[in-house]
Amino acid sequence: MNIIDVKQVEKTYNDSEVKVYAVRGIDLTFHEGEFAAIVGPSGSGKTTFLNMLGGLDTPTKGEIHLAGTDILSLTPSKLIDFRLHNIGFVFQAYNLIPVLTAKENVEFIMQLQGRSKKEREKRAIDLLNAVGLGDRLDSRPSRLSGGQQQRVAVARALASRPKFVLADEPTANLDSVSTSNLLDIMERLNEEEKITFIFSTHDNRVVQKAHRVVTIEDGKVMSDERKNGK
Amino acid sequence: MIIAISWRNVWRSKLRSAVILIAVALGIFAGVFTWAFYKGMANQRINSAIKTEASHIQIHHAQYLNDPDIDYHFNHVDHIKSVTDTMSGIAAVSTRIISSAMVMSAETGTGIQLIGIDPVQEKQVTDLFAKIDTGNYFQGNSRNPAVIGDDLAEKLNVDVRSKIVITLQRADGEITRAQFRIAGIFNTANGMYDETNVFVRQADMWSTMGYDDGVVHEMAILLKNNAYLDQVYTILENAFPDMDVKSWREIMPEVNLIEETMDVSMYIILIIILIALCFGIINTMLMAVLERVKELGMLMAVGMNKWRIFRMIMFETVFLSMTGGAVGIALAALISFYFGRTGINLSQFAEGYGQMGFDTMVYPEITLPIVGQVTIMVIITGIIGAIYPAIRALKLNPAEATRTDM
Repeated sequence: MNIIDVKQVEKTYNDSEVKVYAVRGIDLTFHEGEFAAIVGPSGSGKTTFLNMLGGLDTPTKGEIHLAGTDILSLTPSKLIDFRLHNIGFVFQAYNLIPVLTAKENVEFIMQLQGRSKKEREKRAIDLLNAVGLGDRLDSRPSRLSGGQQQRVAVARALASRPKFVLADEPTANLDSVSTSNLLDIMERLNEEEKITFIFSTHDNRVVQKAHRVVTIEDGKVMSDERKNGK
Repeated sequence: MIIAISWRNVWRSKLRSAVILIAVALGIFAGVFTWAFYKGMANQRINSAIKTEASHIQIHHAQYLNDPDIDYHFNHVDHIKSVTDTMSGIAAVSTRIISSAMVMSAETGTGIQLIGIDPVQEKQVTDLFAKIDTGNYFQGNSRNPAVIGDDLAEKLNVDVRSKIVITLQRADGEITRAQFRIAGIFNTANGMYDETNVFVRQADMWSTMGYDDGVVHEMAILLKNNAYLDQVYTILENAFPDMDVKSWREIMPEVNLIEETMDVSMYIILIIILIALCFGIINTMLMAVLERVKELGMLMAVGMNKWRIFRMIMFETVFLSMTGGAVGIALAALISFYFGRTGINLSQFAEGYGQMGFDTMVYPEITLPIVGQVTIMVIITGIIGAIYPAIRALKLNPAEATRTDM
């Protein structure tokens, strides 16, 4: 089943009368349960593309269907609501709420969804256990290492039971041990719970773990490789 | 959880929050204490004016207040009392006969208002008897006793037991004079009052002026409290349409003005303070928003809608304002309660207060309506202070904000 369906997506910026192409006519489809990396050098357009997949940016041309919904037809408030219920985000700089504990950070998204306190607590604890932070439920981000914070961010991204998770350079600020731990956790969640992960990265360690690698250069898909028949 | 985040955010930058909290607390303290101070001062003046001078309601001949001629008297006091006796809001009634007169001592003379009273009735209505500094308030059976104010005594250079001669007009229009002996000297907070009023027995005045017993110019009515004013006033006005029924607000418009202008003045002072504080709050919250761009971008990206973002910033601003406001109000309440018992002596700074009818000992009064109104004003200030920082936050682009280098 297609989770993401992108057709002829183009993004241009008008920079002092010169049209700058960030993304030039990309066609891509991602299926449920994929563990894919979008790679490319800086300025290649991968972050712009990922932002459009997350409904944070709008293309100049083309169509984007996420979980069967044409997100370009949604009103801004409907789009915010769509993101809340369908997309999980992991950011390069973790972006946790510093005044909340790890558990509260994970619970917060579910509260925005209007889930009951009991359900929120149970799922937050389960997810933090799943990312190996069951013993740091009540720690605030400032008391966690970078790797631990990013694992809380992964738990938070999964808390809303999204259709897919977008991770923008999730390992850029992590050391090799933390990167390895994080990738193992995400790969396990992908294999065991069939959660779709799409990364933008230029970290080889992520590329090696990914089951599919889409290379973007100059706003165009240069290659789309699947490993070991996955 | 939005409320919890907002509250915790207040304490995120402790130094910055402390600075604005202290500013808000001091501003609110200054506003509330000033309000309590002037409230105490004004209430003292009003209470003193009612208890010592005018009472709550006065009844006169329809022409008397326009032209205080001694001919505008009335004598159906029993009929009026038959109505006032049935009204539960009335505490006491006293009748007075009043005339302009000249008083002379051995040394000098001056114009006064001579008021003939029944001391037993008058004690129920005014507290002048409690303000006797020397002598007594019509005790004993001495002939033609008079009670005068200390300022008049000083002016005439007389003391208790001194003789004074009062010259006044008789009922038949002839001028007469009578000798009185000073029985007591009173001292109210109102210097002007103390210099111009002389009290004698009603019976002595009737005989001096050649009036029959029962003729009066004024009936003063003391209520159990000011809350009965409108009710009693309306009933009396309807019951005696040919008489002039006046409340203390009409009799002493200058005192009523104190009450009315004081609240307006205090609103203006507080609003000026709050406007100044609002700019401080906006600055603090703007800094808080701008250093949290990444976090706000994340919240927008993951699906927190604009209304929730606005509420979060608004709660934070209101909490910040309210915490400072609560400290300021508490401080003002404590100091007002303390000085409400001990009083603040202004005699060194403001001798003229006494001449204006104000007591130089001020007892600040902080009331629940003051606290309530200031609290509401602080909350409104917080909400207004939140608008600009919240608008700045809502203008953030989540895609850019999440990647901002802080």
